[in-house]
Amino acid sequence: MTTTAPHTDLGKTPGPTAPSRPRRGPGALVRALPLTPAVVLLLLFLAGPIAYCFYIAFTDLQLTGQAQDSFVGFENFTRAFGDEAFLNAVWLTLVFTVLSSLVGQNTLGLALAALMRRASKPVRTLTGGIVVTAWVLPEVVAGFLLYAFFRREGTLNAILDWLHLPSQNWLFTLPILAVSFANVWRGTALSMLVYSAALNEIPKEITEAAEVDGAGGWRRMWHITLPMIRRSIGTNLMLNTLQTLSVFGLIWVMTRGGPGGKSQTLPLFMYEQAFQNSLIGYGTAVALLLLLVGSLFSLVYLRLLRTEV
Amino acid sequence: MAVTLASRRTTRRLAADAGLLVVAAAFVLPLAWVVLSSLDPHADLRVKAPDGLTSDNFDAILTSDITFTPLLNSLVLCGSATLLTVICAALAAYPLTRFRSRFNRPFLLTILFATSLPITAIMVPVYALFVQVDLIDTMHGTVFFFAASQLPFAIWLMKNFMDGVPRELEEAAWTDGASSLQSLIRIVLPLMGPGVAVVTVFSFVMMWGNFFVPFMLLLTPDQMPASVSINDFFGNRGMVAYGQLAAFSIVYSTPVILLYVLIARRLGGGFALGGAVKG
Repeated sequence: MTTTAPHTDLGKTPGPTAPSRPRRGPGALVRALPLTPAVVLLLLFLAGPIAYCFYIAFTDLQLTGQAQDSFVGFENFTRAFGDEAFLNAVWLTLVFTVLSSLVGQNTLGLALAALMRRASKPVRTLTGGIVVTAWVLPEVVAGFLLYAFFRREGTLNAILDWLHLPSQNWLFTLPILAVSFANVWRGTALSMLVYSAALNEIPKEITEAAEVDGAGGWRRMWHITLPMIRRSIGTNLMLNTLQTLSVFGLIWVMTRGGPGGKSQTLPLFMYEQAFQNSLIGYGTAVALLLLLVGSLFSLVYLRLLRTEV
Repeated sequence: MAVTLASRRTTRRLAADAGLLVVAAAFVLPLAWVVLSSLDPHADLRVKAPDGLTSDNFDAILTSDITFTPLLNSLVLCGSATLLTVICAALAAYPLTRFRSRFNRPFLLTILFATSLPITAIMVPVYALFVQVDLIDTMHGTVFFFAASQLPFAIWLMKNFMDGVPRELEEAAWTDGASSLQSLIRIVLPLMGPGVAVVTVFSFVMMWGNFFVPFMLLLTPDQMPASVSINDFFGNRGMVAYGQLAAFSIVYSTPVILLYVLIARRLGGGFALGGAVKG
């Protein structure tokens, strides 16, 4: 599926919709008219840049010192796959996504949602409020808060000292771990909300019947709850992954991708190539790869939804 | 039997409470830092009880340079983009809910697909394109892109709310000779007021917190919204005034938190999700 195709002929073909046309109503062309502003905006500012992305990824466009860019074919891509910094960024993106989205946000979100069903109301409200606040905060603010938390002089080390545990400079020694935790802190609320909604849909009789039959908490979770919410799990995993793939501000604020590229995920690598190294063409090739991976996840997400649009 | 079941329930509730409180404690630490530091005359990077309470940090940042101009920029930028988004989304949702057409399904699928595209990925080509067409470093260019990036989700959400408005009233209005536009404005939108409010607030909150888009598309310092200008606290001046940074973070975050609280009940569990997950 391409982003442009379905838009372009919208409203131009009035004829064949006639059978479903309501008796009293304007013609198909007029009916589609209200779509125009949205379609124009989407075409110009979303589909346009994506198409342009396909174009400049195959050029050697630079910010400076070049009169004209020229077509270089797949050079940017072959270059990427031979570039250690790029492969490092791919690896870190994988680590970041698996740690923060698959393991962190997803599991913690499910655990919180499950615990909330049993907890007392004040505790439930309090925890929910705190977790959601972390989610609603602007990205950059969240970045600063966790920067403060993980710095050498920060809260985490203060706690570790107090517990007589070894402290260290987290943002320097394990930056990818620190930014992954930051992303868990910021993003878990979404999973929590999705899973709370999903768990609410499970009929009480089923779990109660299992309980009377003597199934313990874990077994009920494993054999009844998880299978019943597996579609929510799928869509949630996709949503988390897509959001994690596009995290920029959080990492930028905390580490700038450093030190020495040790927390440089693909969006930061793309930015560095395009602007610090002035290689727009190369940066865009990376962007295109990111976009393709994202589209793939997005398609899986669509399939999982199997929506009755 | 009943007694043991009841006591088992109590134990489980206590265990659940304990588990949640541990997570809550871990999550609250960074939040506690920002609140405590903003009131602390000697704030540093760790959570600690303030050495006496002060409003100095707030006094120091509440100047036009540091706070008011960036917040006003944020307001203009996100306000206009939200307005544009909501108008376009409402118009677009109308034919999608009211008329059947073989284009609806592909259009909605495309919209849903675009909703989850990583917009971050296209910021470099957007920058290059904006340089080409001379939209770089302009407020209106940024507003257009913001609106476009938020539109897929807004249309999707708006359509789901609009689906809930019964058609009968409109059909009556049509018989009386009202045009579609009139029935949209006079009948449908007022009936789905809360839905429109959710789309508006949600779009605004998303843009207010967005860093990368204005960071890429705006260059002139006095056009910067708060999401980017907050970086200045880490400027070239060496020492960071953490108390002031914390105070600014609070001033900048408060509007979106309040707005979120306002619509949270209506968003309910999974909001668009409310639309998307219901599947």
